[in-house]
Amino acid sequence: MAGDSAIAASDARKGTDAPVTLSVRGLQKIYLSDNGDVEAVRNLTFELRQGELVCLVGPSGCGKTTLLRCIAGLLEPTAGTVELDGAQVTEPPKKMAVVFQEYGRSLFAWMTVRQNVELPLKNAGMGKAERTAAVDKALHAVGLDHAAGSYPWQLSGGMQQRVAIARAVAYQPEVLLMDEPFAAVDAQTRADLEDLIRTVWKEFGVTVLFVTHDIDESVYLGERVLILSNSPTVVQEDLTIDLPAERDQLTTRSMPRFTELRAHVYEEIQKAKRGNGATA
Amino acid sequence: MSPANSALSAAGTAAPPGRPRHRGLAVPSGVLGVLGIVGFLATWELVVRSGLVEPRYLPAASSVLGELASLAATGSFWEWVGLTLRTWAVGLAVAGVAAIVLGLVIGSSRFLRQATHSTIEFLRPIPSVALIPLAVLLYGTSMQATLLLVVYAAFWQVLIQVLYGAGDVDPVADDTARSYGLGWTARVRYLVWPSALPYVMTGLRLGAAVALILTVTGELVIGGGGLGTQIALAQGVAVTEMYALVVATGLIGVAINLLARAVEKRALRWHVSVRREAVA
Amino acid sequence: MTVLKKTAYLLGLPILLIGLWWLAARNSTSFYMPKPDTMIQTFVDTWFGGRFRSDVLPSVGRFAVGTLLAIALGIAAGVWIGSVRRVRSLLEPMLEFFRAIPPPVLVPVLALLIGTNDRMKVIVIIFGAIWPVLLNTIEGVRSVDTVLLDTARTYGLRGWARLRTVTLPSAAPQIMAGVRQSLAIGLILMVISEMFASSSGLGFTIVVFQRSFAIQEMWSGIILLGLIGVAVSIVFQFCERRILHWYYGQKEVQHGR
Repeated sequence: MAGDSAIAASDARKGTDAPVTLSVRGLQKIYLSDNGDVEAVRNLTFELRQGELVCLVGPSGCGKTTLLRCIAGLLEPTAGTVELDGAQVTEPPKKMAVVFQEYGRSLFAWMTVRQNVELPLKNAGMGKAERTAAVDKALHAVGLDHAAGSYPWQLSGGMQQRVAIARAVAYQPEVLLMDEPFAAVDAQTRADLEDLIRTVWKEFGVTVLFVTHDIDESVYLGERVLILSNSPTVVQEDLTIDLPAERDQLTTRSMPRFTELRAHVYEEIQKAKRGNGATA
Repeated sequence: MSPANSALSAAGTAAPPGRPRHRGLAVPSGVLGVLGIVGFLATWELVVRSGLVEPRYLPAASSVLGELASLAATGSFWEWVGLTLRTWAVGLAVAGVAAIVLGLVIGSSRFLRQATHSTIEFLRPIPSVALIPLAVLLYGTSMQATLLLVVYAAFWQVLIQVLYGAGDVDPVADDTARSYGLGWTARVRYLVWPSALPYVMTGLRLGAAVALILTVTGELVIGGGGLGTQIALAQGVAVTEMYALVVATGLIGVAINLLARAVEKRALRWHVSVRREAVA
Repeated sequence: MTVLKKTAYLLGLPILLIGLWWLAARNSTSFYMPKPDTMIQTFVDTWFGGRFRSDVLPSVGRFAVGTLLAIALGIAAGVWIGSVRRVRSLLEPMLEFFRAIPPPVLVPVLALLIGTNDRMKVIVIIFGAIWPVLLNTIEGVRSVDTVLLDTARTYGLRGWARLRTVTLPSAAPQIMAGVRQSLAIGLILMVISEMFASSSGLGFTIVVFQRSFAIQEMWSGIILLGLIGVAVSIVFQFCERRILHWYYGQKEVQHGR
């Protein structure tokens, strides 16, 4: 695989000695259908250390969502394993939360924002006072204190996705999975939400796996970027993003290093597409 | 698309493990549905044969179906069916035409919509069977008495849908039409009617089902011939025949539902395709 | 819109129609014509004497018990059938057949099986009114959004909690559409079961009036049935607006954008 130099550069980073939280080994998923079987993911292996923010980027249709659903325990892999803190994931684990791309369909339209965020906690048997505090903290973190009594459909798309994020962090997961969460919002909102993710990540100390098809987004957000090849999907490169921890839309994006990393990811993805074309 | 596909199917055939677990027992749902019907008939037969229910209250499935078959060989059975279907069709047609005309007139004018709203909301929930005594008083035990009920019941189903449809006209399209000086008739013809058409179809489908219910009800309670009257006559005298006739009304109901859905589907498909072309 | 204008829209046409009726009745010598001036008196005399307790209340009670049971059973069975794919494929064609049978033909059938008593009338209402709720619940439960179900799974919602907070609310718009149809059918069956096989109740009484040419009383009975229909509709709309307020709000927002 390419990218040895980039991996070598990652050794000095602080996260490397933290314990492994999420481990994916030899993951394969084949969809069986009457019109022939479809291999969405082939042999994926990678690890997330505790407290990392890792972006998973790849060309559209390369099985990112399938992979994420396997990790979340929503889909049974054909082969390989997913382990969370050493325990194999066979159904959605308690210590994991997922933010879906389709925020409009993932929020409960018949509940207010507060009830939406509160429901998983209530279901987990958390006491009332503790619950209220957790909901307030999460809503404050995403800047929605004022909207607690509104219904999701009364809010804009970006705000709805904030609700979904608040619900996920209030659940206090160890690992937060995000499946192209900002693909359906406008550019300005998207930039705001990206900064929000960095803030929430730091504030709640959660391990984040962020799936996206947007190269800029992956470089801007991630401490590490996993580049996937086109189907059949494997990890093409594991790239450490050696940008400063404090990031903001203007200065970070205009750094020469940002441009370099971005160009590198872009090339790798182009290579991934070509490579696939040659073998097939 | 095609290179990816060939690569995928090749990979799929190379990975047989796990297949039976995912496929399960692949019984097509149509077969299961037939099994359900056969199972029901078998249970019915057994309940009677085992003496759980006396045949003079509930004859065995085989004798009821046999009775239906021998009835179907007689000319008078088809005369009853013809009479029922005629009342149904005439009633639905009269109600449909009246409701469509009135609906378009009311629906195309804001003033009329508002002025008639309270009256319509008051008259609509009045159960049509309340009119039975009036119908008998006016027409005796003839087919017209039943027809009155059928028309009244089906009329509201269609009217409400036409009003929904006429209210669904795109305001921009309406403004456009007005700005080009289209008159009332032109607007109804080119704007209101096409927008309302799918709703009209839904209304006719609902109306068709209600019209059948009221046709049989009228025949049963008022008389005047048809399947309903025959059921009333057979009650207590020819039990097997009564059950056979009930099954016959069910079969007619299924046929009418299937027909109405097919017609509606065609109309809706036409509508959707037209819309897509307009957008593209 | 001002209050005055609203009131004019609300009452304008009804007042006009009643006025026309009044004029027509005054110039008519027809025996069949209901007379507006004496109607209210007839209505009160006919229904608010002993008949209110002996005929009206029992009828309405049977209707209420029958339709409520039909709704409860329909939702319970619909949730089960709708969430198990095999059961659904197995039962759906048969249920479609039962739904297609015009419910009033059940009256003679059940009169034969059970006899002509209160139990029969309630069972007739259940048997006839259950299908729209049942089939709509099956459809509603089946078509719950997949993202919603995934969300529920990742947050560990299952069993009763998932049913109460996710499946039922999400299927509620369709269930309520079925309930509306079930109420209409229940009312029809309340009347038919009494007209066909009874010696008391609203339906029976109205037919007796008609047969004995007590025309004013017959009209008052028709009006009473109409009022019951309107009352049921108002109660239903009140419940629907409470249960589905989020649904209508959401639709309004989508329409506005």
